[in-house]
Order: sequence, then structure tokens, then C-alpha cells
Amino acid sequence: MEEINDTHPSKKKGALGGLTSVFSGIPVLGWLLGALVAVILEHYLGDPLVDRIGLDKIPVLFGAVIILKKPLMIPGAAVFLLLIYVIPIAVVARAGKSFSNRLAGKLMEFPIAVPTLVHLGLLYGAIHIWSDVSAYRVLTLKLMFVAIMLTLSLNVINGYMGEFSCSHPGFMALGAYGASVFTVLLFSSDRLFGDPLLPEALGPFLFPVGLIFGGLIASLGALVIAIPSFRTRGDYLAIISLAFLFIVKSMIENLEFVGGPRGLSGQPNYANLPTVFIWAVLCVWIINNFVRSTLGKALNAVRDDEVAADAMTVNTRRTKMVAFMFAAFWAGVAGGLYAHVLRYVNPGTFGIQKLAEVLAMVYFGGLNSVYGSITGAVSLSLLGEALRPLEIFKWIIIPLLLILVMIFRPTGLIAFREFDVRKVMQPKSNSDDEV
Amino acid sequence: MVFFFQNLINALQWGSFYAMIALGYSMVYSILMLFNFAHGDIFMVGAYIGFGVATGLVALSASGFLALPGWMILVLTILLSMFLTSFVGMIVERVGYRPLRDAPRASAAITGLMIGIMLETGNLILLGARRVSFPPLIESVTYNVGGVFVTNKKIMIVLVSLSFMLALHLFVQKTRYGMAMRAMAFDYVVVPLLGIPINTIARLTFAIGSALAAVAGILFGVAYPVLDPYMGIVFGWKAFVAAILGGRGSIMGATLAGFLMGFIEIFVAMVFPSTLRDLIAYSIILLILVFRPHGFFGEPYSARLRL
Repeated sequence: MEEINDTHPSKKKGALGGLTSVFSGIPVLGWLLGALVAVILEHYLGDPLVDRIGLDKIPVLFGAVIILKKPLMIPGAAVFLLLIYVIPIAVVARAGKSFSNRLAGKLMEFPIAVPTLVHLGLLYGAIHIWSDVSAYRVLTLKLMFVAIMLTLSLNVINGYMGEFSCSHPGFMALGAYGASVFTVLLFSSDRLFGDPLLPEALGPFLFPVGLIFGGLIASLGALVIAIPSFRTRGDYLAIISLAFLFIVKSMIENLEFVGGPRGLSGQPNYANLPTVFIWAVLCVWIINNFVRSTLGKALNAVRDDEVAADAMTVNTRRTKMVAFMFAAFWAGVAGGLYAHVLRYVNPGTFGIQKLAEVLAMVYFGGLNSVYGSITGAVSLSLLGEALRPLEIFKWIIIPLLLILVMIFRPTGLIAFREFDVRKVMQPKSNSDDEV
Repeated sequence: MVFFFQNLINALQWGSFYAMIALGYSMVYSILMLFNFAHGDIFMVGAYIGFGVATGLVALSASGFLALPGWMILVLTILLSMFLTSFVGMIVERVGYRPLRDAPRASAAITGLMIGIMLETGNLILLGARRVSFPPLIESVTYNVGGVFVTNKKIMIVLVSLSFMLALHLFVQKTRYGMAMRAMAFDYVVVPLLGIPINTIARLTFAIGSALAAVAGILFGVAYPVLDPYMGIVFGWKAFVAAILGGRGSIMGATLAGFLMGFIEIFVAMVFPSTLRDLIAYSIILLILVFRPHGFFGEPYSARLRL
């Protein structure tokens, strides 16, 4: 592990060093303000600018499609990115440096909830305006948030507790079907369940109940794995969890009342962007607190040496059980959101491929780290979308990238680092700038 | 009773595929304590290499340049594909496993998974998303033994795979390389001190495992002559389950568990609707592991083992 080395940018030499020192003392708040300005610019000036430059439409994912598909338009896309994103963000962040530092300092004087809410509000504002441009962006973001939840919850088991659990898509499937049955049965007319039982106006309010219901079903399912985990671990537990995954998938395929292998559709459109965002934030918040609690430290103790942990009065059975059920709960909630984002689920979704995807995100981002999980989920899901124009070659490049990451950083990009909200939001002191 | 024996024959054939693949997992596991998650896809690659070799030999034979009988082509196909596929295994070892030998074990599992995806995708890019059919090399002859129908292919498959398993057993027990493998499985730290080149042994293990997977792939192609790029996933994961079920790193256990896997699948499908096959098969395996968590021939769990 290296120390975080962001306090001495002056050590770096050259043009890059100069650039980093110019942008060093900017707090997260400053970058968020810059991003907000950029997306507002794109919202109002994007279309006229696109006409002027000669692009077809606004580059949806930072020009990834254009770079890979239409090389002739690369200069136009580069100009667009420069004018809309790079320059405004850089200018606003740099010019507002002392202002944002002072503001961040002021905010930190309030209880921690206030600055957190301000930051999240700004982040959501930027994301919302950014996603307003196209429905594709909205879908990408929603799936990204679901991926963050999944990755974090798998990291609790695979990273913090050190087991190799393969059952996550199974938990996700349980949650997805639990929540879908709840909402479809109560609020929508469907060929399997008939007319809605409750007035549809209640739906959005009871949607969280449905998600929690799905999560609870998933955590009940987790008992199947948690109880054998008292007696075995490592590879045998991996197989037990793998068997669980296949059992869940096969069971759903055989349950005719949820549609069998054809899947279940007709979920009402409750999972809009704010809902998914709020759930993702809740998930990050709760899991982060969980892994920093005594129980969370007990997970690390069980991972590093079970006998020693037991001797130091860690109740290993209770720890394992709680960790599995907790992680499964969040995987179930993520599954429920996933089902409502796509508004269709079928058992085939929750197979080995999903497993490989989630595992890749966890190990790419970094074990035992909330930062890592967020990084892994965001980067791999955005990369997956950005490389979409490459079609099949995407599945050469992404695995290759992962292999390289595994070879050079075997525990992932940002492993074993604590996520401290206070540290993230703090104003950054700089020698020439008072805070 | 006739029905039972009929299914027994089918289960033997089906189980020999699983057993052959499970052996590859188990061998790599026993010496490196790592699972080669790309192994299912090496099975697929082996089947495709076998397809290529067999098609080439059939064409060569048809052109009259080298008139070979069908069984001769099959033997040549098996030998050539074993040779070629073992290189795939060695490359996988070099790229995905050797750099990660001292890393957390799960990282190597990820590289294995990713190499598997790359092999599938590479196959899709090279051959396109169509299924290919394995050329029929030997004439199918059906014998009626007291009402039980046995084809010569089934007998051939079971016999060939059993003889390869026996050969592997002899290799591991009787040769110097086999002894080195067993030594590595016994104590990974001391073995290099005794002058045993662990890299060579690891490479050899991957090569042998891949060669066995290639045999399984060709035999599969002979029995079910339709190959597709994703065939390795289903077989690979089930064989992986069998390898664990047999006990960690136990060759005997992997063989038995592979056959058991085949038996469970065939007999579940015989009694219940076939859609319930995976559900019941995996439930049985889950139960076995709950009551015997270290598999058939594995050592009991001690809390000191680390992932």
C-alpha cells in the first residue's frame, strides 16, 4: 500500500507536474461546481455548437462512439469536448478555487449531514442535467448505479471477509423476482397476476417496501450459504455458492407463476434516476458504516485468521452470518432496481456471465475498499458502454485490461483504503492560499 | 431393469466427459492451489482444434493423397489435437498464472475467467457465430445386448477416456515428473530447494490437463457432433464442481466425482422432468458438501487454510 501523496504536488517535474500544481488545491466541491457549469453549458449551448462544428448530435459518451466509429469527426468531437467539458471545468474549478475552499470550510462547520447533502445535491444536479440530453445516458447511469451497489455488496464478502462467493447473481435474482412480483402483483395489470390489487397512485411510495422485500428474500437465501460456511471455507464454499447460484436460476426457470424461462415483464416504471441514485447513495453510506463498525472489523479478523479471531472473542459464526445476509440484502435490492430499470427480467440474466461481470468489477476496483468498488463499477460499466461500437472486440479488450490490472496490481486498483466522507469533502489547504 | 442399464451406459459416457475435464482442474489445483477457470474454454478450444484437424485429415484422405481409414483419422486427430491444445494450456499458464503465483488466489481466478472470455470471443471472431459440425469419422454401429442398445461410439468413448485416466495415474505415480508433481502438491515451498524446476512442472501440468481436455472435446464431438463457442461454459463449470466434490487435488476423487456428476444428471433426467435436472443435481451436490465439506478424498477443513 502506498500513502496518499496529494499534498506535495510540487515534487513532480515537467509540464504534467506544472499542470497538477495548478489544479492541486481544488476541493471536490470545486470540481463539482465545474462539472455543473459544464453540463449546464452542454444543455443550453450543446445543440447550436454541434451544428456549428458539423457533428450529427451531441457526443453521448464523451465522444467514444465517434472516436471508434467515425474517425473523420474526431476533430469536431475533440473541439466539442474541449469547449464544453475541459475548458469550463478547468476554468471554473481553478478560478473558484479559493471560493470553493472557503465554502467547503464553512460547510464543514455544520454537522456532517449538511456538507454531505450539499455535495450529493451538486453531484446529482450535474448528473441529472447531463443525463437530460439522451435516454441512453439515463439508462447507462441507472445501470451504473446498480452495478455500484452490486459490487459493493460483493466486496463485503469477497474483500472484507475474504471468501470467494459466486452466489451474487443468485441473490440478485431473488431480489429482482421478489421486488418484481411485489410491484407487478400490487400495481400493474399483468397476464400472470391479473389486475392490480392496490391503486396505482400508491405505487411509487410502496416501491421501497418492494425493494426491501426483495432484499429480505435474498438474505433469507443467503442462509443456505452462511450455514455451511461455519464448517468450510475457501474452495468448498465457492462451490456451495456456485451450486446455490445454479439452484436459484434453475428454480426460477421452473416456477411457472413468475413466467419460467420466458421471464417476467410489466414492472411499473418506478426506478427513475433519482430513485436509483438515492438507493445507491444509501447503499454506499450503510455499507461504508458497516465495514467501519466493530462488526466490519470482525470481518477482517475472520479473513486474516479465523482461529485468532475466535480467540479474541469474535463470534465468527455470527459475523459470517451477518455478513452474508447483509451483502445478500443489498444484492437483492440492487436486483430489484435492476429489474425495474429494465422492466423485464429472465432467469438467463443471472448466470455465469453476470457473475464474471460482478467479480471483474470487484477485483478490478480493489478488494476491501469502498473507493475501489465504486471505481471498479463506474469504470467498467462506462468502459463497457464506451467500447460498444467495437462490438465483439470489446470482449477481447476488457478481459485483457483486467488481466493486466491483475498482473500489475493483484488486489485491484484501489485496495485496502478507507472511505472517509469527511476527508473527501475537506477543503484543501495550499501554501499560497488560505483556507 | 433394461431401462436402468440403458441409462447407466449413457451416464458412463456423459460422466467420462466430466471426469476428463475435472482431472485438468484437479491436477492444476493440486500443485498450484489455483483453479484454472479457463479450463472449460480450453475444452472448447480442444474440440475446435480437433474439428480443424479432423476436417483437414478427412479432406486429405478424400483427395486420395493419403487414404486413411476413419479410425486412423480419429487416432491421429486425438494425438495431434492433444499436442496442439497443450500449447494453449502452456500459454494460459505463462500469461495468466505464472505472474500471479504469489498474488491472492482470487486474482488468478479472475485472470482465468478473463482468459476464458477471450478464448470464447477469439473463437467467435475467427469462425463467426455459427455452430460447426464435427465430421463423422467412424460408422455408428448399434449392438443390442438383452434389450440394451449400445453403440460402438459409446464403448469407444468410455474405453478411451478410462485408458487416458489410467495413463495419467501411471504417469503421476511411476515417472520422475509425476513424482515432482506429487512433491509440489505435498509441499510447495521445499520443492524448489530440492532442485525441482517448479515452472517446468507447472507448465507440464497445464499441458497435460489441456491435452486431456482436448481428448474430452474430441470425444464430445464424436458423440454430439455440434460445437459452439460457449460449450465450454456449461461443461467447464460442472466439471469444476466435480473436481471440488472429489476432494481438493485428488485425481481419483475428480474421476469418481466426474462420473457421479454424469450419473446424477442422467438419472435425475430419467426420473423427473428434464427441466429440473440442474435444480436437483445441484441440490444433491449442495447436500453432499454440507455433510462432507471437504469432498470425497479431500483433507478435512482446518481454519488455517487461507484463500
